[in-house]
Amino acid sequence: MELLLLLAVPITGAALLGILGAHRRAPELNAAFSLATLLAAGALAARVIRHGDLLLGAEQFYIDPFNVFLVALTAFVGLTTALFSRPYMRVELEHGRVTPGRLRLYHAMYQLFMFTMLLALTTNNMGLMWVAMEGATLSTVLLVTLYRTPESLEAGWKYFILCGVGIAQALFGTILLYVAAGKVLGAQGMTALLWTHLDAVKSQLEPTVLALAFVFLLIGYGTKVGLVPLHSWLPDAHAEGPTPISAVLSGLLLNVALYAVVRSKVLVEGALHSRLPSMMLMGFGLLSVVLASLLLWRQRDIKRLFAYSSIEHMGIATFAFGMGGPMANFAALLHMTVHSLTKSSIFFTAGHAAQKAGTQLMEQIRGLITLSPTVGWGLMLGSLAILGVPPFGVFASEFLILTTAMHAQPWATPILLGALAVAFAGIFSKVQPMVFGETSGRRLPHPPALLPVFAHLAIVLMLGLYIPPYLAEWYRAAAHLIGGP
Amino acid sequence: MTHLTLGQQLLDSCAALLLLLSFAMLSQRRVVTLVNLYAVQGAVLTAATLLLAWRTGEGHLYLSAALTLGLKVAFLPWLLHRLIRRLGVYWDTEPLLNVSGTMLVGLVIVVFAFALAQPITLLASTATRSAVGIAVSVVLLAFLMMITRRKAMSQVVGFLSMENGVFFGAMSASYGMPMVVELGVALDVLVGVLVLGVFFFQIRERFESLDLHHLEALKEHE
Repeated sequence: MELLLLLAVPITGAALLGILGAHRRAPELNAAFSLATLLAAGALAARVIRHGDLLLGAEQFYIDPFNVFLVALTAFVGLTTALFSRPYMRVELEHGRVTPGRLRLYHAMYQLFMFTMLLALTTNNMGLMWVAMEGATLSTVLLVTLYRTPESLEAGWKYFILCGVGIAQALFGTILLYVAAGKVLGAQGMTALLWTHLDAVKSQLEPTVLALAFVFLLIGYGTKVGLVPLHSWLPDAHAEGPTPISAVLSGLLLNVALYAVVRSKVLVEGALHSRLPSMMLMGFGLLSVVLASLLLWRQRDIKRLFAYSSIEHMGIATFAFGMGGPMANFAALLHMTVHSLTKSSIFFTAGHAAQKAGTQLMEQIRGLITLSPTVGWGLMLGSLAILGVPPFGVFASEFLILTTAMHAQPWATPILLGALAVAFAGIFSKVQPMVFGETSGRRLPHPPALLPVFAHLAIVLMLGLYIPPYLAEWYRAAAHLIGGP
Repeated sequence: MTHLTLGQQLLDSCAALLLLLSFAMLSQRRVVTLVNLYAVQGAVLTAATLLLAWRTGEGHLYLSAALTLGLKVAFLPWLLHRLIRRLGVYWDTEPLLNVSGTMLVGLVIVVFAFALAQPITLLASTATRSAVGIAVSVVLLAFLMMITRRKAMSQVVGFLSMENGVFFGAMSASYGMPMVVELGVALDVLVGVLVLGVFFFQIRERFESLDLHHLEALKEHE
């Protein structure tokens, strides 16, 4: 029931907002649907707390500790972003960057995007997961090109083709998985793509085919995670699309894609009896961290800067999943959560800052603290949080990952530490003059929504000091499921 | 050498035809012909699916064949032709690598694909040894086409051809995917092409051309 609501609400919202069109109250309606989705997600989480794992809808849906917290997180950030986008998109409308007709597309696609992500998270069927992931790309392509500038069209095209090709590889990987499972579970069975069934027989699956399948799945879903060298769509799509979309792409879509990678890894590693998938995750993760932290320095656009920071943080989480083991997995799950909250709050403030300055170029954004103290402080605190300054949650997860790396992969620790230091200096040196310094901005016709920013940062702060027992229990159970040495 | 049944031989012929069509696409610069070749590829795929359905008596394969026929032979080519006429893009410019060079690379790719398909073939339930190798070849050749072409339209046909390859792989290795998934994939492909149609008009409205070199402003060092 909760699950049905969770999926039905956003898709009804998409249809309704598409039909209603450029209604004056469309932004509020969008937020209301997001709120309803969050309530359904909360009810689902409560049910998981009471009854444990759930297998629903003829085994097509599976809720376990690994995806329940991501469902709640997705619904939560979906709501806060909808709240943020309400004044933000109104300002864009008044600045003439969008038309009412495009806002209709924007709201309908926003809800559709939420639906595809929730479907990808909750489904037990690896094939449906693929369908939902592709749906997530399709629903956001036209959002990236919402402003119709040459740059946004280029970003949209890159996003479509790169993710399209990537996702075609993932489909091939899924088919290989199905072929291998067909041998064990019976080829005609509907069950051969169900994750729970695959997980039960994973040690009997043919190792060479599964290794091949993992390569395809990792390339496919890894493109969407933004792992280097498959990342080139990510900064463009984040920088050229509307800011609320940057926030949900960075905060949610990357998580969902990483979730798909890790689900695949659990199956393949069980079949292979070797550490090959883990090594690949560690390699891609480390490469992403190092390259993204270096590329940060060359950015002049505020949203591109934080897009590269997203690549870096997804790299950290991927590396931690690669190390495996209860501690590293726990830290990676925590990192996914805090990164999602922090990064979306940063995009909220960065969006307002860019609106005030009238540009996304960082050298022209100055003196936010005198112009609007809340936006300035929001950006400063968000940046400090994402850079891993204690006592924010990112510090806790990065600290756990680093200390585990010292034991498990001592060679990687100096590389990670170095990259984190480079990223710290890079981001801090660019954010500091934007927040302090001489002002140049203007007043906005609608007051910005800053509640989401500080709500996110407060949760990140709390997670750095205290993790609620349910959440810790979920993390522990999921970490156990993901396994490792 | 084992003796092959008639059905087996026909299926192998279909596979060979698919590979041939992939090479034909790789060398073709006329966009209209490219779309026609894609439609023929869809038709061969339909024939192969029907053949497999008849041999195995699998009900859902008939459905899948009907889906392929409707979507990949009729609807998508019609839509693409319409787009071509509305947008007036008939020719692709000289590809980044000339035709003979592309063909040579294509040959190497086919050899590589067969090597890659070896372990899958051993596991495949339909016992058509060459089919899986050809499916992988079609995917990789389509990939090559996407890399070497400049026009958005050719890249899209490459992308759709890649999906054909994946689909043929699924069929030859395991009698297709479960129906839910197949329907979902078909839906995604359909929506994808529709989104692209909208997208083309946006690109065109902005640049008055569908040549992708306009879309090279976002460089790392800007």
